[in-house]
Amino acid sequence: MSARENILNRIRAANASHLKHGADGAQQVASRLNDHVRGPLPRMKWQRIARFKKCSIEAATTVDQVGSRTDVPAAVADYLAKNELPKTGVCWPELATLDWSGAGLEIEARPANADDKSGITGSFCGLAETGTLMLLSSENTAATTSLLPDTHIALVSASRIVRCMEDAWDLFRKEIGDLPRQVNFVSGASRTADIEMTLVYGAHGPFRVHVIIVDE
Amino acid sequence: MHATSTQFKKVASQKLADPKLQATLANAKGRFVVARSDAVHDIDNFEEMREAAAQLRDHCLDNLDVYLEEWERKATAAGAIVHWAESAEQMNQLILDIARDNEVRKVIKSKSMLGEETGLNEYLENGGLEVRETDLGEYIVQQAKEHPSHIIAPATHKSKEDIAKLFAEKHDRPQLEDITELTHEAREILRPHFLDADMGISGANFLVAETGSTMIVTNEGNGRMTTTMPRVHVAITGIEKCIPTLEDLSLMLRVLTRSATGQPISNYLSVTTGPKRDGDTDGPEQFHVILVDVGRTRVLGSNLREALRCIRCGSCMNHCPVYQNVGGHAYGWVYPGPIGSVLTPAYVGVDKAIDLPNAATLCNQCGVACPVKIPLPDLMRKLREKQTELGLKSVWERAGLRTWTWVATRPVLYGLLTKVAVRFGKLAGGKDRLLHWLPFAGKEWTSERDLPAPSGKTFREIYAARARRDGEANVR
Repeated sequence: MSARENILNRIRAANASHLKHGADGAQQVASRLNDHVRGPLPRMKWQRIARFKKCSIEAATTVDQVGSRTDVPAAVADYLAKNELPKTGVCWPELATLDWSGAGLEIEARPANADDKSGITGSFCGLAETGTLMLLSSENTAATTSLLPDTHIALVSASRIVRCMEDAWDLFRKEIGDLPRQVNFVSGASRTADIEMTLVYGAHGPFRVHVIIVDE
Repeated sequence: MHATSTQFKKVASQKLADPKLQATLANAKGRFVVARSDAVHDIDNFEEMREAAAQLRDHCLDNLDVYLEEWERKATAAGAIVHWAESAEQMNQLILDIARDNEVRKVIKSKSMLGEETGLNEYLENGGLEVRETDLGEYIVQQAKEHPSHIIAPATHKSKEDIAKLFAEKHDRPQLEDITELTHEAREILRPHFLDADMGISGANFLVAETGSTMIVTNEGNGRMTTTMPRVHVAITGIEKCIPTLEDLSLMLRVLTRSATGQPISNYLSVTTGPKRDGDTDGPEQFHVILVDVGRTRVLGSNLREALRCIRCGSCMNHCPVYQNVGGHAYGWVYPGPIGSVLTPAYVGVDKAIDLPNAATLCNQCGVACPVKIPLPDLMRKLREKQTELGLKSVWERAGLRTWTWVATRPVLYGLLTKVAVRFGKLAGGKDRLLHWLPFAGKEWTSERDLPAPSGKTFREIYAARARRDGEANVR
């Protein structure tokens, strides 16, 4: 018998002796899988965008808000200048059409490598509850763009800031369906407190995360 | 990993007498507790979530076979290669085989406690592979050739001076002083390894049956690197980690991160489903997942079953007065603190960890801090009973308890003996009404402290006197 059969048989034997009424039955388990029942949620009385901003800042993310996508390059240039960061970087292809050079930036639409200084991404949506970005990996939305560069700049549409992770899964099922290779929920810069419980940013991923909320 | 839990008393005494370790533990003590408390009180229904999480974990365990099969079906459909391993040796061998099939030379690892259980690093290194831990704490203990002393803060027993010295020696660079500089030096050293490793090995915080996903929770980003950069990714996980849906995942994450580090959410939550897709510019070409038993099914069928609810947050050890004072290494195996005092006997053997379930006052700090409500003191008590059943207690302890039972089941004799004892105790207490020395097992207790002397009357005498005074009506 294979390891698989042995393990499953042992689970069944252990559960048969433990459960007086037997397991919940295939039907109940199937409905558990299909119904997407939510557990208790925090009482979310806050306003979505205000909460998203507040929690982002608490997670050490800096936040900006602009009226439309055409304002983004200037906002990025402003952020990089203020923080004395290089004016170069890479972005997801969906952002290639923005007028980066008009804002004095050199941004290439390609996946990031380890030498890139800034990675500019969009996002699938934002979670107000925790100030979190939901990023999906795909051909046009490389995971490395938000991982390898020192600075991660992310765009999120104000209309796509949902209340909580459960809302994000609903939105995902409605719009996309099958999960991509990786879904990453990002809440601020990479960090560690492994030495004397002292918080340090820039453990292995970006040293800083800047979120630009786009109103329209 | 080889267990040294039989040495608990000896090692714990050494740790208590180690001023450097005591200073480091004193620094950590309470920080985790305060962080958790703040995070828990930040939402007004944490108790409701905790109850739901405990029920969910029980439901998963009750239907584990069904959820694992569903998970396997979905994972396979998404292109993952699923393996099952019954023993530590089997898991280690599977990984070495995958590495050899793919001509892997260098492996990067993100944190996995299961890997510690099976002694994976040593096994792979003996198989000729270069293995790099990448979680900063794990990297530090790997460089120091030690083992983690805490499941989420592996190097919490080391001071920054220890680490500075270690890095200077291992990195062959000038010694640093600042914690930020040390962290960034490790980043600089590890970055090239992320880029040229052939294989990444990660653990899994959860498996999601609905989607066939594995998911990890990290703050550093090394987990994202490990699951994205190398061409082969192997995730290893205990079979008990399987939960039904993405909604369930959301619930579990709310209680996990708050209980672990006191964060409302960890920096990176990565849900991985299958390997690199057509057209993707990143991600591994092969994604293997190994579902590992190594004792889980045995515990599932035992009276320690509730221990399998554990989601490895570390909250029980953070809140344990014993752990806070002796640190993690005294426990002698992978999991320290209260959960270790249950899992070590359960996985390694009751007879290999006699002291652990007894190294507790059963104060239940761990029980109330556990996000999935594992009744840790109850489980430790069950293990103590098991020790007695198996005749593993010392001759003296057994004789003492037998004598006690004999006396306590004879009320007249018991009354007489206790009357004598408390009167003698009062006399022995003298002017300062303290006992500085007790005979037999009491000797260990009074070697460090005094016992307030009895007042000269037994409880039964005082009770009877009050009953006479107040009349029967007031006393049940």
